[in-house]
Amino acid sequence: MKLNLEEIIRNLIDVEDVELENVQIDAEELVLRVKQSMLPVVLSKAQVAEAEEALPEITFEKPVAEYRGYVEEVTLGATRSEGGSRGKVIKIGGQRSLYHFEGGWMNKPVVSFDVFDLPQPQFPKALREAWGEVWDSPAEWAREAVKRGADLVTIHLVSTDPKVKDTPVGEAAKVVEEVLQAVDVPIVVGGSGNPEKDPVLFEKVAEVAENERCLLASANLDLDHERIVKAAVKHNHNVLSWVSLDINDQKILNRQLLQEGLPRERLVQDPTTAALGYGLEYTYTMIERIKLNALKGEKELAFPVSCGVTNAWAAREAWMNVAEWGPREYRGPLWETINALAVMLAGADIMMMLHPSAVQSIKNIIDSIFGEHQGVEIRYEDWLRV
Amino acid sequence: MAKVSPLEIYKYLPGLNCRKCGSDSCMAFASALIERSKSYEDCPPLVTEEKYRDKLEKLIELVTPPVREVVIGTGERARAIGGEEVMYRHELTFFSPTALFIDVSDDLPADELAERVARISRFEIERVGQKLRLDGIAVRAKSGDVAKFGEAVVTAVENSDLPLMLCSFDPEHLEVGLEIALERRPLIYAATRENVDAVAELALKHSAPVVAYSPGDIQGLLELVAKLREKGVEDIVLDVGTYPAGGKLGECLENMVMLRRLAIEKGEKLAGYPIMGVPLVAWFNGDDPVKAAMQECIIASAQLLRYADLLVLHSMDMFALLPLLTLRQNIYTDPRVPIQVDAKLYEIGKPDENSPVLLTTNFALTYYTVASDIEAGKVDCYLLVVDTEGLAVEPAMAGAKLTGSLVKEAIEESGVARKVKHRRLIIPGMAARISGEIEDLTGWEVLVGPIDSSRIPAFIEQKWKSNGKG
Ligand code: B12
Ligand code: SF4
Repeated sequence: MKLNLEEIIRNLIDVEDVELENVQIDAEELVLRVKQSMLPVVLSKAQVAEAEEALPEITFEKPVAEYRGYVEEVTLGATRSEGGSRGKVIKIGGQRSLYHFEGGWMNKPVVSFDVFDLPQPQFPKALREAWGEVWDSPAEWAREAVKRGADLVTIHLVSTDPKVKDTPVGEAAKVVEEVLQAVDVPIVVGGSGNPEKDPVLFEKVAEVAENERCLLASANLDLDHERIVKAAVKHNHNVLSWVSLDINDQKILNRQLLQEGLPRERLVQDPTTAALGYGLEYTYTMIERIKLNALKGEKELAFPVSCGVTNAWAAREAWMNVAEWGPREYRGPLWETINALAVMLAGADIMMMLHPSAVQSIKNIIDSIFGEHQGVEIRYEDWLRV
Repeated sequence: MAKVSPLEIYKYLPGLNCRKCGSDSCMAFASALIERSKSYEDCPPLVTEEKYRDKLEKLIELVTPPVREVVIGTGERARAIGGEEVMYRHELTFFSPTALFIDVSDDLPADELAERVARISRFEIERVGQKLRLDGIAVRAKSGDVAKFGEAVVTAVENSDLPLMLCSFDPEHLEVGLEIALERRPLIYAATRENVDAVAELALKHSAPVVAYSPGDIQGLLELVAKLREKGVEDIVLDVGTYPAGGKLGECLENMVMLRRLAIEKGEKLAGYPIMGVPLVAWFNGDDPVKAAMQECIIASAQLLRYADLLVLHSMDMFALLPLLTLRQNIYTDPRVPIQVDAKLYEIGKPDENSPVLLTTNFALTYYTVASDIEAGKVDCYLLVVDTEGLAVEPAMAGAKLTGSLVKEAIEESGVARKVKHRRLIIPGMAARISGEIEDLTGWEVLVGPIDSSRIPAFIEQKWKSNGKG
């Protein structure tokens, strides 16, 4: 803000005295960048210049650590020039340090919205209200998710499970095509978890989505992951390596996927997200260990991490109507937010989420950490007076 | 004592293996010191005999945590914060859960203030058998009027035995507050560059801990700490400032990490103190109380995960406190031991010889989830808890820690057969796989219950009662 002399004087009316000592002003144009509300502070700081001198002098250096390893960078999605049809690609991982302030971060964590190939009437109320109108059409659902801030969309082909609807893989692959047409963000394709059907499903999906560089979710130890790897390599996709909360299993599975021919820059890992209040600490610690080990140079764990934060909704505190716990319409989204925040601060690169307001909150925090979000300015000392 | 080995500690013990400390050997005592189940004072030769003086000094240095432990308040609800030794919980454990202080401002009418203070002290919610509570009251000098501030402190002292935090940058206010909260060891907020001489004097006079305040400026903070230490103040808490959103919030989180890393990994003594945050700043733009409470919870959670040892909050809405309290409970769970309950037969309600017998595991989360569902459904029954080494039903099944023979043992040891006339056991839906095995080994008839224990009451209604009681 620029002030003319008149304004400066007007602002100073209520100030008792202004002392400028040892000041030399030597300029053609003098710009004072002072907010009206800041004046008293600036002045009191100036007054105490004397007391300040009495403090011992300390040299402070940012405690930056040295790292031998780095996390692989993975690209999701492919634009037209690369043979795909995405509007832009998303890069994740690539960290060369644990914290952003250490300077080794190229990519921010990102958020994916979950979309299902079936309506989800069993959803908790807050989620039914958020998505009920669009869940008859996965394409519509995906489009809405992008409108609400998704960096990525995950289409879960849950209906392919023989115990659910046994949707044929050809039909399921069409759903993937529809989603690819509906949105131009990179996509993740989730299977049903059925170990017989998923490899067949992913072969088909990989083929119809050729060159779109999707993330196939997921390969795990109980199924024929080699088929998934082969399909991903042939048709240009990434693979998610999913285990249940066991760092040794994670290493074993990653090693197997690499041996089967998956290039390092196509592997993302998912150590399983236990919900806040229901084992979150296991997930938190496992991610921290993965990232620390990766940066120490352990190549078998040096991949970006994806988290199914949606599991937060399995916690009763997220959905159950209990008067003592306060209104669940606020509690549920907050539960998911805090769950996402924890895995993100532990080191997750992708958070798969469901509630729009939780996603918004998390994206704001991400932007805060990366200095891209301008919050409202406050004077911290005023917290005593608000 | 960041990451020392028992062997290193052993070097400074007398090596007598006399067992006076209650451990079987000096080596075992060394491990106990690391686990913090014992203190160096428990070794009588070491602390009494002159010839061990040098060893003792070295040992104290070795076992003193790089983050000083600071106690706020007195009596039963006195609260220790800090005392941390590691950056990551898996390296050992975190010791002192983040203390949550709720604010009261001195411009509230006396009765409202008394009400709020009492509510903060009473607050309690049970999760997994642990009582989650708030830890202190931050009295804010909002009015600017010394007399009012004094009255507010009087009300707080009279209506609560919780630790207090006296918040004003004016030494005159702080002095009045300290005189009233005499001997209560409140946390003084705050020493700044401007008032450090006066506030340090107050802290020494009242032997109260004090906050060093330097928002956004770590170097300034360390200088202030150095000054306080020069004056003889030892119990210090660090405040680098908290911002409601935007880049400054991000910076503040990173500043907290830097402080903790300086203390633990770089051995910087000036940073070796508990860190505090003020998520209450979320209320700066608080036109919408729901949004503000949510943002406060988010900031608080982020700071908790970034090493905050004390947080000042405003909201007492359960929807916003519950996620934070749960996060604190999770992160501060000792990774070396899952929270467990005793494996034995529990009576829920008023069971008799015809009441159902249900089976579950000794993982605390599982036990309390099941028990509270049964209580909520007003079912009188026996709950037989099997020792699965603290694993939930599903992990226990997956890891073969819940088996037919373990169930057999549990039935025999619990004496449940003498309590009921029937021989029918309800097992968790997720344990269905071992129902045959249990029947073969025990001769009891097994009913496979629902997957989720919330449906137990309905299950009893339909399946148990229809089968005819007993
Ligand atoms: C936390 C966790 C762990 C923790 C265990 C913590 C602990 N103390 O138990 C750790 C990391 C140690 C772990 C280990 C393993 N885990 Co694990 N783990 C989980 C996780 C994330 C949550 C489990 C939990 O705490 N649930 C909450 C409690 C309250 O649930 P519960 O005890 O089952 O109780 C409920 C019901 O059973 C029922 N109920 C309980 N008692 C009763 C009684 C009656 C009468 C009735 C009717 C009902 C009932 O009601 C309760 C409330 O709903 C789950 C995934 C998930 N989200 O469920 C995986 C999960 C259970 N784990 C799994 C596996 C495979 C394992 C491991 C074998 C593999 C590994 N990674 O090493 C090991 C096995 C343990 C071992 N070898 O020591 C799989 C199991 C797959 C399967 N179905 O076989 C799961 C489902 C993850 C997955 N999707 O792959 N795990
Ligand atoms: S009391 Fe001291 S000297 Fe004796 S066994 Fe214990 S540690 Fe060793």
